Amino acid sequence: MTQTWRLAEGGSAIDRTHPLGFVYDGRRYEGYAGDTLASALLANGVHLVARSFKYHRPRGIVTAGVEEPSALVQLGVGARSEPNTRATTLELHDGLVAASQNCWPSVRFDAGALANALSPLLPAGFYYKTFKWPPTPKAWLRYEHYIRSAAGMGRAALAPDPDRYEHQYAHCDVLVIGGGVAGLAAARRAAQTGARVIVCQQSPRFGGAAIEGDATIEARPAPQWIAETIATLASHPDVRLLPRTTAYGYYDDDLVGAVERVTEDGATTDGMLPRQRMWMVRAKAVVLASGAIERAIAYGNNDLPGTLLARAVFTYVRRYGVRLGTRAVVFTNNDSAYEAALALHESGLEVKAIVDARRDGEVTCAGAALARSAGLRIRAASVIACAHGRQRVARVDVVTRNGGDVSTLDCDLVAVSGGYSPAVHLFSQARGTLHYDPTSASFLPDASPMAIVAAGAVNGHGNVERAIANAVAAADAALARAGIANRSSSSAVPGDDDRLRVDSLWAVPPVRGAKCFVDLQNDVTVADVAVANREGYQAVEHLKRYTTLGMGTDQGKTSNVIGLALMSERLGVSLAQVGTTTFRPPYTPVTLGALPGAASGAHVEPTRYSAMHAWHAEQGTRFVNAGLWKRPHSYPRPGESEDDAAAREARNVRANVGVVDVSTLGKIELQGRDVAEFLNRLYINRFDNLTVGRCRYGVMLREDGIVRDDGTTSRLDDTHYLMTTTTANAVAIMQTIERLLQIDWPELAVYATSVTEQWAAAALSGPKSREVLAQLVDIDVTNDAFPFLAVTICNLRTSTGSLPARLFRMSYSGELAYEIHVPSSRGRAMWEAVLDAGAPFGIMPYGTEAMNTLRVEKGHVVIGAEIDGRTTAGDLGMERLVNPNKWCIGKPLLARPALNAPDRWQLVGLTAMRGAHIPRGAKLVADPDHALPNPMLGHVTSFCDSPHAGASIALALLSSGRARRGETLWAVSPLADAKIEVTIGPSVFVDPEGTRLRG
Amino acid sequence: MMLIPCPWCGSRNQIEFTYGGDAGVRRPAPDAPESAWIDYVYVRDNPCGPLDELWYHGAGCRSWFTVRRDTRTHAILASAPAGGSLTDDPSADVR
Repeated sequence: MTQTWRLAEGGSAIDRTHPLGFVYDGRRYEGYAGDTLASALLANGVHLVARSFKYHRPRGIVTAGVEEPSALVQLGVGARSEPNTRATTLELHDGLVAASQNCWPSVRFDAGALANALSPLLPAGFYYKTFKWPPTPKAWLRYEHYIRSAAGMGRAALAPDPDRYEHQYAHCDVLVIGGGVAGLAAARRAAQTGARVIVCQQSPRFGGAAIEGDATIEARPAPQWIAETIATLASHPDVRLLPRTTAYGYYDDDLVGAVERVTEDGATTDGMLPRQRMWMVRAKAVVLASGAIERAIAYGNNDLPGTLLARAVFTYVRRYGVRLGTRAVVFTNNDSAYEAALALHESGLEVKAIVDARRDGEVTCAGAALARSAGLRIRAASVIACAHGRQRVARVDVVTRNGGDVSTLDCDLVAVSGGYSPAVHLFSQARGTLHYDPTSASFLPDASPMAIVAAGAVNGHGNVERAIANAVAAADAALARAGIANRSSSSAVPGDDDRLRVDSLWAVPPVRGAKCFVDLQNDVTVADVAVANREGYQAVEHLKRYTTLGMGTDQGKTSNVIGLALMSERLGVSLAQVGTTTFRPPYTPVTLGALPGAASGAHVEPTRYSAMHAWHAEQGTRFVNAGLWKRPHSYPRPGESEDDAAAREARNVRANVGVVDVSTLGKIELQGRDVAEFLNRLYINRFDNLTVGRCRYGVMLREDGIVRDDGTTSRLDDTHYLMTTTTANAVAIMQTIERLLQIDWPELAVYATSVTEQWAAAALSGPKSREVLAQLVDIDVTNDAFPFLAVTICNLRTSTGSLPARLFRMSYSGELAYEIHVPSSRGRAMWEAVLDAGAPFGIMPYGTEAMNTLRVEKGHVVIGAEIDGRTTAGDLGMERLVNPNKWCIGKPLLARPALNAPDRWQLVGLTAMRGAHIPRGAKLVADPDHALPNPMLGHVTSFCDSPHAGASIALALLSSGRARRGETLWAVSPLADAKIEVTIGPSVFVDPEGTRLRG
Repeated sequence: MMLIPCPWCGSRNQIEFTYGGDAGVRRPAPDAPESAWIDYVYVRDNPCGPLDELWYHGAGCRSWFTVRRDTRTHAILASAPAGGSLTDDPSADVR
């Protein structure tokens, strides 16, 4: 038999015709559609649902909303498992599986509860005090391992999240946060003006606390008013109602982040809908109608299961039709708990007493009169001193506030109200200031410099009609701020003060041996606050961090103010002077998957493809990432390994001819009167004396003199140059050029256009490349007619006709080589034409691996390896490129002594001895067996097995490297467990005289 | 996320822009002493309050421009094209 604790009737949210099955801690239960996991558990009599964070004490369900500190469960299984899910907001669906967390072997018998027995040894700051000896980092690392494994609550899923998330940007005139009656009234007011309005409500239903109340609004019962107002709003085309949507953060320029739970109820809509949708709403004005959150009163063992906040008790009875126990005691310091007492009474529980901290003469509300006429006993000027029970409250000790007249009441339910804390979180995030209101014992919003206006209960309003009047005024203020209508009225609502009057009782004097909890989630007690005070952690931010008050996933929604008040009492200053800790986003936890939205996996960044990509893919090549680009690694033949393929390709370039896709290089067209002067300022070498039809290698520095980028720049015409940059720096260099031309040197007539995407490029390389080219182009390519570093325009013969191209004679491999650039749309035609023309000469395509081998053999430097953000032109052996007769960026600081020290790390070549292989990232040392730390003389920057040299070779940066040529050193890599003897030589291994590329 | 008022495109989300640092820094003359270059490359004011700074609208018009931003509040007090006057109210022309 299930749901034995469900009332025979009632429950505004549940649909008794739709039973749902679910599993909690391995047991099957039944609930109804409309239940939360918490209400369904309570309807099955399950109160003990969790173990606490530090002491592993039994904990139950405390609230009925997002503020829940205790009832956190592990939701789901496998990849969809999610820790720390609040049972109080989790909508029940058929087949839901959840489990209690932070307990072993079970929530009823938890070995970790030993911590509770040891609790006198575990005061606030226990870790800080205990684990600081011996004072070495190593000791802490050893302790940390154990502390970390003992900490935490739920377990994160280890598999990737299988669900989909999406982002939605939205703009509106007025964003209303909170869909209670105040929010609905504000939205209705704004909608009447034709404004674009978005209303987000964190729970499934609009109407908030008023749905179950007995209030009358505009002469109608509250539920009717709510339904009519929602219908009115829905009829406006420019109003968007977002249920299940939590506004969690308020950001610059009135951007509000909100998460909509789209399919979290388990209704799998053929996978077309995301699990959650992140809304980024840019609002002209925001109405914050976020309501207020009830808080507790600290007394002995106030954490026993069966102890709920009074408003939650009311909600479970009226909204979910749950019978919460058999005998109840209500404990309050304000009027609001009386409706809970009456609801309990009506639901058939025996209400043993309403323990009211106020004096008899102060208990004058209508609810108290009703309670008295119903025969309920009110014990004024009294408090609960201590509760007793093992895994459920069994009885409470009630004393008068002067400490006399102890009596014990048997009960299995305690409903507590310590007053309300307005949910000012987003107001505070919007840099709004707060003031402390002693009447309601709460912090209320003052003013914000941003476009946010508070409305309703968050302003302290306790009366529905006046909260609505306040919300209408707030809507008017928001509309004025949004520039929609200028009828701003005062937000002050005439009439009697409707603030809830709260006696400032925060904690009951402690009873020996019974913990009084302030923060249930982080197990912070009244005694911990006293310890923090005694030890000097008195500022609120210190108190928070020392005791961890309010640092749980609930961020202390039900507890922070109590801790602050206790500190203010101990300091003897007002709560206003103590202030609050900073409210930061998110208001409630946000699923990590919602933050990136669709931008995960392959969609984190765009992917860039060369015009020849499809051809490469058809060869079955593996692609490697080069920034955002995909480049072919190599072209293995059947049965051939990638390494063998790359070696074959590299050998073929040296022996015959190869072709490689170099479309990814950055290409920037520069035109205008002053391009030559501009390039002179940008590069360390001269470009004004470059003749038309020639290209030149150039090196660019950062402002501090360190090498930034390199590439070849061609002069196509007197005032027209084509710059190439490295693949990695193409975007950044373009940005720098824009900045120099727009900000620094606007007087220069230079126009820069990035054409990286517009041109496909291939490098044709090898001793037979000229013969291939001669088959391909309509110009004379003899050495005299088209010498090294020449540039021209020509036509390629392709299978589909003549194709105009730019032809460059430049070499990266060290061989006779050319680059062919054609418009991207013809890239593949060009590529196939080159392969066809080269077939009789043994042409092979080669990938990035062979390209790297060839450039290491030739001693060419690359970004990220040799150009590592620390090397100067001198370090790379290019000091002669620095033109002494002109200024350029970075040159003034090149003369600094440290950049010219004799022990600078300089570029050298390494050759491994005795057939060994130089390991990746090895460091260079004189003695491989030296005690650690072994003095480092340099490190390997690039390496390859060189078919040309017949050995493992590398480029390296080595202290005083050029002076060490001929010496022997050791390349060691503890990671690869390798010690390789290497000889130091020049960085160029192939054709140092350059006869091949000029021939 | 801040809204940055591009003088050419209007207010756009910050993700469309790249920050360019203090707009008041000027490159010294080529023959300036090394100390001037050290200041130019390494030394920056970090004011608590209004700061004139450069922004680049890389995902829009690719213009560099100047913005006066209060570093305490992120309030943008003015914006102008490179070389323009920062006295104008950015909301007057670009929204």
